[in-house]
Amino acid sequence: MMMTVLFVVISVVLLLAALLAVHMKSLLGAIIAAGVVSLFVSILFLILGAPDVAMTEAAIGAGLSMVIFLFALSRTAGRDADDD
Amino acid sequence: MIKRVLILVVLSFFLFLFLSRVAGIDTPAQLTGVGAGYVDRSVEELNSPNVITAIVVTYRGIDTLGEVSVLFLAAAAISLLLRTTTKKNGEGGVEEKRSASEILTTGTDILVPVIMLFGIYIFLHGHLSPGGGFQGGAVVASAVLLLFLAYPGFRLRHGILAALESLSGTAYVVIAVLGLILASGFLDSRLMALGETGRIISAGTIPLVYTLIGLKVGTELAGIIDSLGGDR
Repeated sequence: MMMTVLFVVISVVLLLAALLAVHMKSLLGAIIAAGVVSLFVSILFLILGAPDVAMTEAAIGAGLSMVIFLFALSRTAGRDADDD
Repeated sequence: MIKRVLILVVLSFFLFLFLSRVAGIDTPAQLTGVGAGYVDRSVEELNSPNVITAIVVTYRGIDTLGEVSVLFLAAAAISLLLRTTTKKNGEGGVEEKRSASEILTTGTDILVPVIMLFGIYIFLHGHLSPGGGFQGGAVVASAVLLLFLAYPGFRLRHGILAALESLSGTAYVVIAVLGLILASGFLDSRLMALGETGRIISAGTIPLVYTLIGLKVGTELAGIIDSLGGDR
């Protein structure tokens, strides 16, 4: 029962963050929302009994790929705002 | 309007297809076939309590070799593409960067050794506990990432990184071929003693292979971060 509630809560947060990532105006916010999706997916993997996949998802999805997007953003659109 | 209706119709058609397939899946109560074989045999044949590692490194080792080469190609392509475009800027750009806040630098100083150690622990214990070369390498690379964020002038020594990466890649293939000669097949991990279940040095070459994969993945991802964020 406890597990089901946790599962549903995580899934709802996941869907909300995914929608935010698509619809947000600010690119920085969208990147962070995508990172939140990865983080919650990795918790979901852990609950479903796949700690190996959860580790990869947390390190690659939430960590590295988010920062790669941030680098890309600061190299393109965010450049003027960043290099003041 | 008609366009939207069409899209809706197509989408609901795909949803119907998907759901009709998903509805037919029932999770079996017991493992059958290949899965049961792996679970039954991985401890007695390879002495690896973590069945996933036994599958990834030994039974399906050639897939892992393929993944490692895909990652290598991606890293090589990224550094090739981004190096040539940023070389022209010269060395003058380094001083302009803002230094990071004190909270970030202090936190980085405390956390980086711990994260590095955790990454090394993950790939050294790949045959005993969850995780392995890819996971450990990614964690090590995230420690390097933290260094980049905290110290904008931080540079990696590319010579050492490239040497470490090529050495571990070559050693991986050499171990794989040795398995073909000394044991029963390509990437067979039984060419070293299987040892006692639960020790770090056990399960044949699995810890060695995972350490090499961890080093390779870690250096490759760190190189990707360096070429993306380094010469901004």
